[in-house]
Amino acid sequence: MNIATDPMHQFQIGKLFDLNIGGYDLSFTNSAMWMVIGVLLVIGFLAFATSKMSTVPNRVQSLAEIWYGFVAGIVKDVNHAPGKPFIPLVFSLFSFIFIANLVGMMPYFFTTTSHIAVTGFMAIFTIGLVVLVGFIKKGLGFFKIFVPSGVPFVLLLIVTPIEIISFLSRPISLGMRLFANMLGGHVALKVFAGFIPSLAVALGGVGMLMGGLLVMPLIVGVTALEFLVAFLQAYVFAMLTCVYLNDALGEAH
Amino acid sequence: MEGLNYVGAGLACLAMLGAAIGVGNIFASYLDGAMRNPSAAPQQFGNLIFGFAVTEALGIFGFAIALILIFAV
Repeated sequence: MNIATDPMHQFQIGKLFDLNIGGYDLSFTNSAMWMVIGVLLVIGFLAFATSKMSTVPNRVQSLAEIWYGFVAGIVKDVNHAPGKPFIPLVFSLFSFIFIANLVGMMPYFFTTTSHIAVTGFMAIFTIGLVVLVGFIKKGLGFFKIFVPSGVPFVLLLIVTPIEIISFLSRPISLGMRLFANMLGGHVALKVFAGFIPSLAVALGGVGMLMGGLLVMPLIVGVTALEFLVAFLQAYVFAMLTCVYLNDALGEAH
Repeated sequence: MEGLNYVGAGLACLAMLGAAIGVGNIFASYLDGAMRNPSAAPQQFGNLIFGFAVTEALGIFGFAIALILIFAV
């Protein structure tokens, strides 16, 4: 199975150079390299866009303003005023995921967000932050999120365990959603593209041409859908971060 | 009993059925409401995406079970 026909080949992690510190393998991998590239792209673009700031923005500056205003708008809609200190965090999460997803859409480029090690860490970090902020802001009153107000005592015996399970499943679903969407989308793209070499093997050159003409529009369509998913998943991650932060910031629901 | 984990992985894909019904319901209801009152639709877009994400997660749990059955059992 080579890179043309194996749909999982694109997710392989390889070491670029070895690095061992105290028995831990801290080698610089292709995954780490693409993460660095993604971060540099975000920082580079925003630094370039805001290098010559003016009251009437030029095209690049207004793109950066739309980008920031979009994320700030999510936080304002969900968290209102108490969410203001968290705009930079949500903006960083959104930008990193969005650019990592977009970079991964290029052929032969690596999708860092298709690895649960990356998305799972971001999810655990987010939920850990929610718990930390919740305990700082509310103290032990943070546990009230497990006990909805206005619910009869008998129902609480059922509702409270459900709330606890739903809270504990949040880091899993948050990390798993991004990982599974990116993995599934890229595998689907590769599988559809793999139809063409399979047809060539089965039917020869003419079959490859005819099949290719049929498969190509399908791949173009799925690729367009993948760009939508790349944006949507970044948006969903940012918005769920805000919704979960609301448990820590807002009044008990 | 070799290979039955692959059958289980296939069965776990049934989670997609439920997720498809749920996500379809959410978008259908959103369009239903948006057609009746288009001016109120933009404010509910966030709720639409939140409902979509939470519903989709259940389908993805099925995917996770399939992955566990194939690679970890």
